[in-house]
Amino acid sequence: MPLGYIAKRLLQLVAILFGVSVVVFLMLRMIPGDPAQLLLGEFANPEELARLRTQLGLDRSLPLQYGIYLQNLLQGDLGNSIRTNTPVAVEIWGRLLATLELSLAAMFISTVVGVSAGVVSAVRPHSAWDYGAMFMALVGVSMPIFWLGLMLIYLFAVKYPVLPMMGRLPMGLEVPAVTGLVMVDALIAGRFGVLWEASRHLLLPALTLATIPMAVVARITRSAMLEVLSKDYVRTARAKGLSEAVVILRHALRNAFLPVVTVLGLNLGLLLGGAVLTETIFSWPGLGRYVVDSLMGRDYAAVQGCILVFAAMMAAINLVVDLIYVLLDPRIRVNE
Amino acid sequence: MSTGPVLDIRELTTRFDTRRGPVTAVDRFSLNLAAGETMGLVGESGCGKSVTALSVMRLLPRPAGRIVGGQILFKGKDLAALPESQMRRIRGNEISMIFQEPLTSLNPVYTVGFQIVEAVRRHRRMDRRAAREEAVRMLSLVGMPEPAARMEDYPHQLSGGMQQRVMIAMALSCRPAVMIADEPTTALDVTIQAQILDLMNRLKAEIGMAVMLITHDLGVVAETCQRVAVMYTGRIVEAADVRTLFRRPAHPYTVGLFQSLPQIGGRRGRLRPIPGAVPSLLRLPPGCAFQERCFRSDAQCRQDPPWTSVGAEHWVRCWHPMEA
Repeated sequence: MPLGYIAKRLLQLVAILFGVSVVVFLMLRMIPGDPAQLLLGEFANPEELARLRTQLGLDRSLPLQYGIYLQNLLQGDLGNSIRTNTPVAVEIWGRLLATLELSLAAMFISTVVGVSAGVVSAVRPHSAWDYGAMFMALVGVSMPIFWLGLMLIYLFAVKYPVLPMMGRLPMGLEVPAVTGLVMVDALIAGRFGVLWEASRHLLLPALTLATIPMAVVARITRSAMLEVLSKDYVRTARAKGLSEAVVILRHALRNAFLPVVTVLGLNLGLLLGGAVLTETIFSWPGLGRYVVDSLMGRDYAAVQGCILVFAAMMAAINLVVDLIYVLLDPRIRVNE
Repeated sequence: MSTGPVLDIRELTTRFDTRRGPVTAVDRFSLNLAAGETMGLVGESGCGKSVTALSVMRLLPRPAGRIVGGQILFKGKDLAALPESQMRRIRGNEISMIFQEPLTSLNPVYTVGFQIVEAVRRHRRMDRRAAREEAVRMLSLVGMPEPAARMEDYPHQLSGGMQQRVMIAMALSCRPAVMIADEPTTALDVTIQAQILDLMNRLKAEIGMAVMLITHDLGVVAETCQRVAVMYTGRIVEAADVRTLFRRPAHPYTVGLFQSLPQIGGRRGRLRPIPGAVPSLLRLPPGCAFQERCFRSDAQCRQDPPWTSVGAEHWVRCWHPMEA
């Protein structure tokens, strides 16, 4: 592993996070709406409002406010939520894990299904399967997420109630938190009943969230595979007498993976930050809903914390994608 | 050495479906190859040389290309009719192939060692360690310096000549009876070209295999082949041993090929290219396909010319072959 390169990228990450913190800080204060007013209600008297503003530090100048925020940030303090008065870091952490569990499940579904569909389409182009899969992919990218989520709930939780429609676990069922990912925790605790319930709760939201990336991955995989399958080295592999499965999976797919990995990385970033609709529909206690609620309540600290976490994750995913390039293709070398 | 040809191609016909209709890329192609001999297959681009090779390997691009007639007899089996699973046991094992562009023919994401070991282990019962040793041995056989260290290299880290040596090592790793070399030196420098041809000659003798050398370069043919077949628009128009063909070409097309080559010590002056262009396979004239460009053609050439003997093992498909 190119450690120097990783260190350099992590330094860049610090600069990025600093930039993001400034932009988010300013933008939040540019949008109309007063946190104090929202907390105290429409009929609060001016004295109370002023007192609360002073208490929240909103009466100071913007540079000073930012200085205080940055100082706390550097000490690892994201501030407290004005709505719950608990540390933002604690609130984010719990929700981040819920989002992570949902995103990883969606990522898994979209990758496995998308890549398989794309490969089969490319191997039998212009076949009934190819046209069928690509039509489904077109439907998939065009599908409004909220509508799909509601339809899935209607079908599988209301009309034929085989799956739960909301939450991560049934009421009253709990598992000791080790990682915060319910399915992993259930596995660690050896409670397979909980594992079963958790996966049942995860299925519908994960499917909903996976639909668009799955469709995109299928189309990208198909076109990348089609290109690779016409390469000379694929012909060489066949000329060696290798079976078609080995030719496709070992010689073609690894070469086709570069563009697919790029899309997968972008997808994961989008899934982590963009699960708002899905989380809302399925009452999933994740970060997407939290950031929207915080924004509505002008909970500056919470929003700033969330955005910073998103930015850090996005940068980390990009770094991982770049490192995967190096692993996949020996011709790619990093400049240290 | 056994008697009789190791590879006997009879009336092989290969057709491609194109947007503008079916095209017969290889038309009633017959040729045989004896163990230990090198047969040259020459002709301009698009004359069907490579398609012939891919037909023998059964590697035609599907579903557009397919063999529609004839037989490819190899050790008593007709490859044209063999099920794919049995064909896979022959490919890379008893018949192997090397290609024009060594860089693009090697998989960029695997080490050359991995790619050779893969070929060895596909066809020979060997554990990983034995296959690795065999691969190193093959690399030293093809003249790769520091073969054990080169095993870990990726194709792009080697020069063109070294890449082609890797291809040859891979193709010969199972001691094939036949090797098909499709323009193996075209993409290489002239000095490297000579090295690779020498290597192929040496290994051919060592392994006792037959080589089908596809090229458009008559110089390469003169250096390496015992017999030559000349192809034009999918058909063999002349076949002879290499000496006869170079001294007394009988088909006007072959004569034209030689006249368009510069010769050291020859008469100075302009080269004489063959007039006109190769006709499209979609619109071949009836009879001889060369008639429109031929200085000897007449009305008779609108009939299919017969495969005529004009000397010992010297055959030509022409109504008016050049007299000896």
